Amino acid sequence: MKMEKAILAAITTQSEKVTGSTAVFHCETKEEMEAVAANLEAILDGIAHALSDRLYIIVKH
Amino acid sequence: MNEYTYPIIAGITVGTALRVFMLRTDYRQYPTYLHGKIIHLSLGFIAAALGTIAIPSIMEKEFTAVTFLTLAASQFREVRNMERNTLTEMDSYELVPRGNTYIEGIAVAFESRNYLVIFTSFVVTLCYLAINGWAALGAAFVCFVISSLLMSGSKLSDIVTVELSELSFKGAGLYVDNIYIMNIGLPERQDEILKYGMGFILTPKSFSVRSTIANLGQRQAILHDVSVTLGVFRDSGTPALVPLIKRDLNDGRIGVFILPQEKDPVRAKEIISSVPVLENAIQMPSRKRNREG
Repeated sequence: MKMEKAILAAITTQSEKVTGSTAVFHCETKEEMEAVAANLEAILDGIAHALSDRLYIIVKH
Repeated sequence: MNEYTYPIIAGITVGTALRVFMLRTDYRQYPTYLHGKIIHLSLGFIAAALGTIAIPSIMEKEFTAVTFLTLAASQFREVRNMERNTLTEMDSYELVPRGNTYIEGIAVAFESRNYLVIFTSFVVTLCYLAINGWAALGAAFVCFVISSLLMSGSKLSDIVTVELSELSFKGAGLYVDNIYIMNIGLPERQDEILKYGMGFILTPKSFSVRSTIANLGQRQAILHDVSVTLGVFRDSGTPALVPLIKRDLNDGRIGVFILPQEKDPVRAKEIISSVPVLENAIQMPSRKRNREG
C-alpha cells in the first residue's frame, strides 16, 4: 500500500492538544510557530496547513 | 526511369511535405530539438514511401507487397510508445507536469500523423497514375485541408465559458469565487498567493461537458499549458505554491488557481480558452439517453 499523504510534523502553542507518534514542535508564541512551520515546510517539502490559530501541521502531498 | 518514377516522386514528396507541415513546434515545446525532428521526418518519409509504393504494387499485381502496410502499422505503434516514454520521462522534471492523459493524447497524435501521411501519399500517387499530375496536385491540396481539419480538435472555449475571478482567504482556506481550493497555513504564503495568483471559473455550457472538465487529466492539461506559457511562480521545495483546480460539486463548475510569473489576466484567459479538449477526457453521457429514447 502506498501512502498518498502523511502528517510529517505538528507545530503548536497548545501542547496539551497534540499527542501521538508524529513529531511535535512546541512553541511559545504564534510568530515562533509560523517561523518553525515555514522552515519545516521548506526542509520537509510539505505544506503547512492551519487547523487553528494555535496548531499547524506539515503534510506531505 | 519508368512510368512509375514521377508518380512515386510526387507521392513521397507530398507525403513528406505533409509531415513537415504537421511537425510544428508550438507552446507545447515538443519536439524542440533537432534530433527529435529528424526522427519524425525520417519516419514521415518512410510512411510516405510505403503509401506511394502500394499503388504501383497493386497495378503490377504484386498484392503481397501491400502487406508491408501492416508492418508499417506496427512500426508506427512503436512511435506512439517512443513518444509516451520520452514525454513521461521529461514530465517528472516539469514544475507543473503535463499528466498522463495529455501525454497519451500527444503520443496518439504522433502515431496518427504517420497514417495521414500514408493515406495522402497513397491518394496522390493513385490520382497521378489514374488521371494526371494536375489531379495529383488537387488531391494533395484536398489531403492537406483534410489533415489540418483532422489534426485540429476542439478547444476548451467550445465547451466552457471562462471568467476571471477573485482569490480570497477565509481563515486558512483559499477560495476561487466560492470554490474551495486548499488550506494555506502560513500568512507569508497567503500574501504571495494573493500577490501573484489568479483565479478563473470555468462554467460548462452543457451537462455532458461536466464530466469532461471534471477529468483530472484535462484539469492538469489546463494547468500545464498556462504554466508553460505564462511561467510559474514556484520552485522545487515549495509545494504550497502549486497551481490547482477544484470542482464545485453542485453545478460542475471548476475553479482554476494559477500562479503565473507574468500576471496578465487577458492572456491567461486566452490560453485557458485555447487548451485542447483531450480525446481521452471526452465523455458524452447525453448520447446514452438519446439511444434509449
